[in-house]
Amino acid sequence: MRGGTDAVIAGRVWRFGDDVSTDLLSPGEYAIAPLEVRKQHCLESLNPVFPRAASAGDLVVAGSNFGCGSSRETAPENLKALGIACVVADSFARIFLRNAVAIGLPVLSCPGASAAFADGDTAEVDLGEGTLRHAGTGVVLRGEPLPPEMREILAAGGILVVLRAGG
Amino acid sequence: MGLTLAEKVLARASGRDEVRPGEFVVASIDLALVHDIFAADVFRHLVELGVEELFDPDRVVIVLDHLVPAPSEAAAAAHRTIREHVERFGISSFYDAGAGICHQLLPERGHITPGALVVGTDSHTTTHGALAAAGTGIGTSEMVYALATGKLWFRVPPTIRFELTGALAPMVAWKDVILALAGRHGDDVAQYKAVELGGPAASSASIASRLTVCNMAVEIGAKFGFFAADEAALAYLAERGHEGLEPFGPDPDAEYEAVHGFDLSSLEPQVALPSAVDNVEPIGQVEGTRIDQAFIGSCTNGRLEDLEAAAAILRGRQVHPGVRLLVAPASRAVFQAAVRSGAIQALADAGASVLPPGCGPCFGGHGGLLGPGERCIGTHNRNFVGRMGSARAEIFLASPQTVAASALAGAIADPRKVGGRG
Repeated sequence: MRGGTDAVIAGRVWRFGDDVSTDLLSPGEYAIAPLEVRKQHCLESLNPVFPRAASAGDLVVAGSNFGCGSSRETAPENLKALGIACVVADSFARIFLRNAVAIGLPVLSCPGASAAFADGDTAEVDLGEGTLRHAGTGVVLRGEPLPPEMREILAAGGILVVLRAGG
Repeated sequence: MGLTLAEKVLARASGRDEVRPGEFVVASIDLALVHDIFAADVFRHLVELGVEELFDPDRVVIVLDHLVPAPSEAAAAAHRTIREHVERFGISSFYDAGAGICHQLLPERGHITPGALVVGTDSHTTTHGALAAAGTGIGTSEMVYALATGKLWFRVPPTIRFELTGALAPMVAWKDVILALAGRHGDDVAQYKAVELGGPAASSASIASRLTVCNMAVEIGAKFGFFAADEAALAYLAERGHEGLEPFGPDPDAEYEAVHGFDLSSLEPQVALPSAVDNVEPIGQVEGTRIDQAFIGSCTNGRLEDLEAAAAILRGRQVHPGVRLLVAPASRAVFQAAVRSGAIQALADAGASVLPPGCGPCFGGHGGLLGPGERCIGTHNRNFVGRMGSARAEIFLASPQTVAASALAGAIADPRKVGGRG
């Protein structure tokens, strides 16, 4: 099946460091605020421009342990609502990874990703192959493609779509 | 070849004789916990999806603990929605605002049994491994799926085992043990993995201390954190209506990805410095750092033994005038027990503000947040940037003993030097 998780996603990069926590992605003070309000505080402590200027199709490239902390699904949901098409990180915290897949936000774990990119670079992500290409330098990094069980959920558009379909 | 605790639980829950790390299984959920930040959303999704009956309303626990007492109109409205849906779906285990924090209530009220597979919309659901249950945090959508079907997918994790030996010195707590493990091994040592705490010293930990350690297993990345269910665990369970259970532990020939030794005897009080849980130093490295707020509470360290340890240091003394000391018992039952034991009297006399049981300050929600440039030392579990209000505030994590000593001194202090009065 093409499309969904097999497509190549290309976009402008927003780069972040290691240990980007769910408190930064979705601050507790806005825990039950409406999505339109909540997403405006996503990563504002690290880069105040990000929630205002991120646009549809942009990518996040970050360091290790991305999404550490809470089980709040609002963390990947805020990124998705800001238009982020895919998150690539050196590594992910486990609950964030599950939540991203559960809501249909593509993710790729790719060691070395954060060192290879700067803000504003263009990246190409091939989720099927699990590769990350720097459009400027042509350098290709090999990541860890998601297991088929998780890619199936992602391709469907999230676990609630699977549930609705009777899965 | 034998099985680890994680493998035993996931094999049983997926109807298999054995499972191995890396395998995907679809497992039956024994208990599902939803708290008030996410419950209204979970119910809304269920209704929109046309789900009229939950997989088993008796295996669902709903707790109002994060937004209590309701700090806003929106929170109060969410609570109303939750109460209505608890009724609609026939959920009998509902703890309204003030009963306590979910990770205290589940063991305290007898919801946890050894070997159970427990999912919760809270990352600290690992806490319940203190009674040898496999507890783990999930998000809203996965909870909707679990409540509708009673099942969820899991990848069987490899397990890291910590073999504990020796005995803790006075004024050193099990909080110091988990902080030291994070400092030594890093905050992602157990990413996608399970952790077992075992060895000859494991059984010396009280149940409250086991809950503290397993609570913070997620802070080193763990999917599950376990102690075996020994005689002490079975006695705790028997008091809560679970009589006649058998001890439950890993097989002696279980296979581990790594086994690390840890000697409790030489451990000093530990402090996690801003802004990562693995940024840990012995107390001597940070003594004298001025603080504005001290916090004793949370699902990590708001239990009776924690309040009593703090009271033993603060009794008959006064908190430093530059420090706001906040104390939040983990549940109403803990609060009542601490009133009876005199701990609350001692803390209040020393100048503490006693807050209702709940999660407010710890998750940066309300009731004790920090301003720019302020410093807090607390017994909670996270010191990330922006965790308790301002992104320009600093959070230090430590044991109840160290936090109490620091509240007295107005600066981070070594509880071994401050001592106790009773």
